[in-house]
Amino acid sequence: MLSGKKVSLSALAGCAMLTVMSAFAAPAQSDSASAATPQTVADTRQKSASTADHSKFKELDKHFRTGPEVTEACLICHTEAAKQVQHTKHWTWESIDPKTGQKRGKKNIINNYCTSPVSNEKDCMACHAGYGWKDSSFDFTIEKNVDCLVCHDTTATYRKLPGDAGHPVYERREFPPKSGKFVDPADLKKIAQSIGKPSRSNCGSCHFFGAGANGAKHGDMDSSLQHPNKYLDVHMDEKGLNFACTTCHATSSHEVSGSRYNMAAATKGPAHIRGNPDSSPAACQSCHGDKPHPQHMSKLNQHTEKIACQTCHIPEYARNDIGTELSWDWSKATTMGEDGKPFVSKDSAGRRAFDSKKGAWVWDSYVIPEYRWLNGVSTYKVIGDKIDPSKTVQINEVGGSPDDPDSRIWPTKVHRGKQPYDTVNNTLTVQHTGGEDDTALWHNYDWQKAIVAGMKAANLPYSGKYDFVSTELTWPITHMVAPGEDALSCAQCHSKNGRLKDIQGVYMPSRDGNRLLDMAGWALALLTLIGVLIHGGIRILTSKKEG
Amino acid sequence: MASHKIYVFKRFERFWHWSQAMLIIFMLITGFEVHGSYALFGFGKAVDLHTISAWTLIGLWVFAIFWHFTTGEWKQYIPTTEKIVAMIRFYSVGIFKGAPHPFRPTTLKKHNPLQRLAYLGVLLLIGPLLWLTGWFYLFYGDWQAWGVDNFLSLEWVAFFHTAGAFMMLTFLIAHVYLTTTGHTPTSHIKAMLTGWEEVD
Repeated sequence: MLSGKKVSLSALAGCAMLTVMSAFAAPAQSDSASAATPQTVADTRQKSASTADHSKFKELDKHFRTGPEVTEACLICHTEAAKQVQHTKHWTWESIDPKTGQKRGKKNIINNYCTSPVSNEKDCMACHAGYGWKDSSFDFTIEKNVDCLVCHDTTATYRKLPGDAGHPVYERREFPPKSGKFVDPADLKKIAQSIGKPSRSNCGSCHFFGAGANGAKHGDMDSSLQHPNKYLDVHMDEKGLNFACTTCHATSSHEVSGSRYNMAAATKGPAHIRGNPDSSPAACQSCHGDKPHPQHMSKLNQHTEKIACQTCHIPEYARNDIGTELSWDWSKATTMGEDGKPFVSKDSAGRRAFDSKKGAWVWDSYVIPEYRWLNGVSTYKVIGDKIDPSKTVQINEVGGSPDDPDSRIWPTKVHRGKQPYDTVNNTLTVQHTGGEDDTALWHNYDWQKAIVAGMKAANLPYSGKYDFVSTELTWPITHMVAPGEDALSCAQCHSKNGRLKDIQGVYMPSRDGNRLLDMAGWALALLTLIGVLIHGGIRILTSKKEG
Repeated sequence: MASHKIYVFKRFERFWHWSQAMLIIFMLITGFEVHGSYALFGFGKAVDLHTISAWTLIGLWVFAIFWHFTTGEWKQYIPTTEKIVAMIRFYSVGIFKGAPHPFRPTTLKKHNPLQRLAYLGVLLLIGPLLWLTGWFYLFYGDWQAWGVDNFLSLEWVAFFHTAGAFMMLTFLIAHVYLTTTGHTPTSHIKAMLTGWEEVD
């Protein structure tokens, strides 16, 4: 049966990452709360090594009413910071392919999770590193609208909720609505005075909760990485190396290195010397080189010509009970319960399985990746691109082939979706999902109205006819690196039905072989054996006769 | 029929033969596992064992080649057509009738003409085929550095390596059987163990 509480819970899991910050301060509110184990305390960062104590700055010793006011104070000293941020994807939500010039990024593509932020900015921009992006009129040049705190807060009390277009909570309010739970306004002065370098929690506040639920989107990133053990991630192990995200994703001028859009799929050569400017510090090879195994395991080093490190060293992703979403079927959305009212349901592990607002999901944990040749070049379906609805639409066509020296075999997460498209114009549609207005899908449960509003916001023609099409989104897996002893063993690929059974273009001992040669070879050996046995038999018989 | 013994196989030769025999049998076992014919040690272990055996066999061959040339024993493998028809007739007919062996081994000519041919084939054809392909197989990662990656494919290297292995296996079966065709069924084997061959 449908309870008011359940409905309000589902409301929280709005498009991109509604659970976002809430998962940290108020874990019970998370859409997948049973799986998440967020901590209320600040992360176990060591005492700051900074030469500046921000609590001693008079610029920060005042009452801040809004986020932009804090940013203005930051910019008094950090004069270039906002300009730097405004050049990054965290601000533009746009990534331009250096080869094709194609504009990708959240702003431009339609994926098969929440589909598109267009027309849903008020909700989605809870994860924008800025303030006030509520529609297409947002001015990307205003410096005070850069959000410094979402990345630099060390108190874990800074929360941005859906509906506020990226602003933090200024007034105590019930969230989710009608839940009986209240969110207190952030103490902006205290937060500003205790800022620091981004920790796993800062990055994770958005990146762990993509698609509106813990672990849903990436599969190799979820809240378990706030306090990981060695099994989960050999580098981030809290009792061991305790890497922050930025240890690998080395950052310069606020530009965070490492990107799925312009991915370093085949980094070659030895480890990089410190200070050597390099375009891909986040790649494994930048520390390990491309011959990372010791001499007695040199055979493994030969594999780096064809295989990404991740293929063996991330044997499974979502290696915890949180799990990740494998498919999202939007065509089931607007289905009501027997009582005619919207409802939600969870799977046996407590993860969202159905929501009348959003459709049906399938989740799994400890997922075996799908393997592909990748060269790091992906062509995305962007808003307005034509599709062929007669077959499964590839949201991104991943480049790479066995003959390409810049390709490697990579583990990937393939997310399978079913989402609306315009049956006349053959375009994936933009739909207005979040919001309290009459056209919002999650308010009115009317696809037609939602698509009309979404397409209008996206400036796209809409024929008025829609249906649902199957789509696939392929992402490389690169986080949750297992300790060496948990890496794949040889036979997991070198066997007839191993992990790489569908990978073409490479000869793999044990998997491959020439059937004709095998038949001829065994036949030759067998006939020889039969021949000598007959010969020997006759000898025995004839010698007995003589005897 | 009186029989007597002659000394055919010297100490090093016997050591070479048996250690090589063990290594080859072991490499057939591990090699066909690497090939995917069955699972025994596990793929990774099989590769390691196969590789270690290969290096051991290389070491053994260095000594064996040195020995063959310094002692002049390499001449034992020079092919001859003399008595070859008689040998074939013996194996196909005579042996069943208790006919005398047409070849009498001596210290200077210890292999019959068919043995000479077979061993020469193993030494000059099957062996080098396995060595060469095995070498490229082992150093697959260095093809690019050697500049051979445009001329070779692992698929064909593996094909010929496997083909060589089947030939070696076939040789092994025939060879083991033919050891029983001496003066007595065990006289050849005894000779390879003790050095002394019983002849009639």
